[in-house]
Amino acid sequence: MSLNGWVLIALVFLAVLVVARPIGIYAARVLNGERTPLTPVLGPIETGLYCLAGVDPAREQTWRAYTLAMLVFSAAGFLLLYAILRLQAFLPLNPQGFGGVAPDLAFNTSLSFVTNTNWQAYGGETTMSHFVQMAGLTLHNFLSAATGIALAAAVTRAFARSGSGTLGNFWADLTRVTLYVLLPLSLIVALMFVTLGVPQTLVGAIDATTLEGAKQTLSIGPVASQEAIKMLGTNGGGFFNANSAHPFENPDAWANLLQIWAMLVVSAALPFMFGEMVGNERQGHTLLWAMGLLLIAGVGIVYWAETRGNPLLTALGVDPASGNMEGKEVRFGQAMTAMFVAVTTGLSCGAVNAMHNSLTPLGGLVPLFLIQLGEILPGGVGSGLYGILVMAILTVFIAGLMVGRTPEYLGKKIEAREMKLAMLAVLILPLAILGFTAVAAVLPSALASLANAGPRGLTELLYAYSSAAGNNGSAFAGLNANTPWFNTTLGIAMLLGRFAYVVPVMAIAGSLAAKTKVAPSTGTFPTTGPLFIGLLVGVIVILGGLQYFPALALGPIVEHFLMLDGKSF
Amino acid sequence: MFTHIRPAVVTLLLFTVLIGIIYPLAVTGVAQLALPKQANGSMIERDGKVLGSALIGQNFVTDKYFHGRPSATSAPDPKDDTKTIDAPYNAANSSGSNLGPISKKLLERVKGDADALKGESGLATVPADSVTTSASGLDPHISPAFAKAQAGRIAKARNLPEDRVRGLIAELTEHVAFGLVGEERVNVLLLNLALDRLTST
Repeated sequence: MSLNGWVLIALVFLAVLVVARPIGIYAARVLNGERTPLTPVLGPIETGLYCLAGVDPAREQTWRAYTLAMLVFSAAGFLLLYAILRLQAFLPLNPQGFGGVAPDLAFNTSLSFVTNTNWQAYGGETTMSHFVQMAGLTLHNFLSAATGIALAAAVTRAFARSGSGTLGNFWADLTRVTLYVLLPLSLIVALMFVTLGVPQTLVGAIDATTLEGAKQTLSIGPVASQEAIKMLGTNGGGFFNANSAHPFENPDAWANLLQIWAMLVVSAALPFMFGEMVGNERQGHTLLWAMGLLLIAGVGIVYWAETRGNPLLTALGVDPASGNMEGKEVRFGQAMTAMFVAVTTGLSCGAVNAMHNSLTPLGGLVPLFLIQLGEILPGGVGSGLYGILVMAILTVFIAGLMVGRTPEYLGKKIEAREMKLAMLAVLILPLAILGFTAVAAVLPSALASLANAGPRGLTELLYAYSSAAGNNGSAFAGLNANTPWFNTTLGIAMLLGRFAYVVPVMAIAGSLAAKTKVAPSTGTFPTTGPLFIGLLVGVIVILGGLQYFPALALGPIVEHFLMLDGKSF
Repeated sequence: MFTHIRPAVVTLLLFTVLIGIIYPLAVTGVAQLALPKQANGSMIERDGKVLGSALIGQNFVTDKYFHGRPSATSAPDPKDDTKTIDAPYNAANSSGSNLGPISKKLLERVKGDADALKGESGLATVPADSVTTSASGLDPHISPAFAKAQAGRIAKARNLPEDRVRGLIAELTEHVAFGLVGEERVNVLLLNLALDRLTST
């Protein structure tokens, strides 16, 4: 670790915060249907879209109607994407002549992109045509992100309103977020990426003859336009197999900074949006503090573990000065690789600029544990905000038990119904992660897919199901996940992680929206300030630890001690 | 539920056109007009022939050129396409080794590469990037230390004083911007091109 590395980490966080606040406030105005500077350009498109779709944006929906609209939209998106993948061979813009995608892989990939997971059981440059990358994958990068923000807005309204039967209109929220927030940001970031060297062309591949006379075929395509929303929408599905480690996706250290910034900025904007919409900015700041503290701790542990290098390689005469370099690129440096690793999993992004499977045991433990905490640091766009709100509800409940008062959050009484639903939501992730991992760990056909022997093999399985259920999409790659077993079970885990989680959360929102706001009294437990931040961080870490520590002990933790002991597998 | 089907289908199709087709094509248009070099992959040409991309590493194997880092990329086996064969720097199929830190395969590979470089350069310890595979398998850069470790071999193969080769490495070393951003590094393809120019003049 170096001081310069830490200074750069601090500067990137600062650059995110400076821009996140105005974006959050702007997003709140967009979701309220207010006029914005972009309305003269985009307003006619928005109205035209409502007109053709038969949507009245002013007509509000109950939590049931809002959730059902979201589910129907996601199902339609899944079916269209599945069809596009299967029919790839007959569709245009396929310069490399790729055939249709196999049914199990198409099933997995469609679910993956509709749920904002962007798990890739395929290599982009060897499987997907430009048409699929654009009209299939880029599209869902936008829509799954916009869906997440819409849901977060609906949940926020539950706290902002008093005695309301409705939570907003899903179609209006989805359309407005896509047009006014994600599209303009993506256009700017895409062109910045091109300036830094990310290609944007419709050509499929270029043949080169090296100085030694050998042939090299370079896959290329419309990379920058997808890269922008891949990061801004915390999607993480790369154009290429190596994702953000590929020099065409992430050409240099500056592009890498832009990637980290873009991946954080919208998620970090949402707590500001929350504060703006509930009319109390400090509530948003408190959530962001809790997220930020845990994320910085994660960055620090990865940075420390990776710069210490691998003692087994040092013993072979490898200079440990530049740290563990297996699975890393020279141009980014250890500090910005560590920051990327922690941020991509603290968020539900899942883009990678280093191969997580080659991280040191403790360096690899951090991204795994951050995913298992539910990706609320600051989480995927939208899903992170409603995830941390569930944690905040749990925290006021536990604090209420300790002091013997009815728990309240933002003037809403938290009662038995909300707590039951919150527990239901919280239990979905461990059930999907640990349940599927346990089955896979005794299934010979699943074990045949492992790339590493010993404890890392178990970690590969645990990481895959954590990543799928957490809708992250990064991998301890090397696990051959393109098999019917993994494509199917990981697909189901993604489905549970997104929808089985959000339906109870929306039910909580419906129930809270209907309650009248209680004015704060001297007995009200304050939900801003250091005490609440400390409690919230404590609940997140203890809950995550209780659920996952036993499994982590058998994977990365035992591997760490084996490494110190000089054992290999 | 049926009331949601029309908005779902119409919204999806209209966004497919606007975001799935118009947005990427608009970015392509602007990029091709304003930044054609970057938009087309930062290709390097010599005498009208494409030599490669300044961003993508290549597999150099002869003594007279600098070598890049080990690469874990593969390609389908021409004899049996259900299997793969090693194909370093295959820019049509990026990938890392995905070997964990206590993997026997990793240790064997590193030992072989480290012993070879020690023998060639006379160094007791080798730079980490010289024996580890990159995440993409296409890393275009090496550390200045790895380049210097190869200087003796290049000087001998090209019949040049070693100082000239070391001077060239120093000249082409890219530095950490503002002391913060990036790493000290040398682009292997640009270095080899400069080496060819040095020998031909």
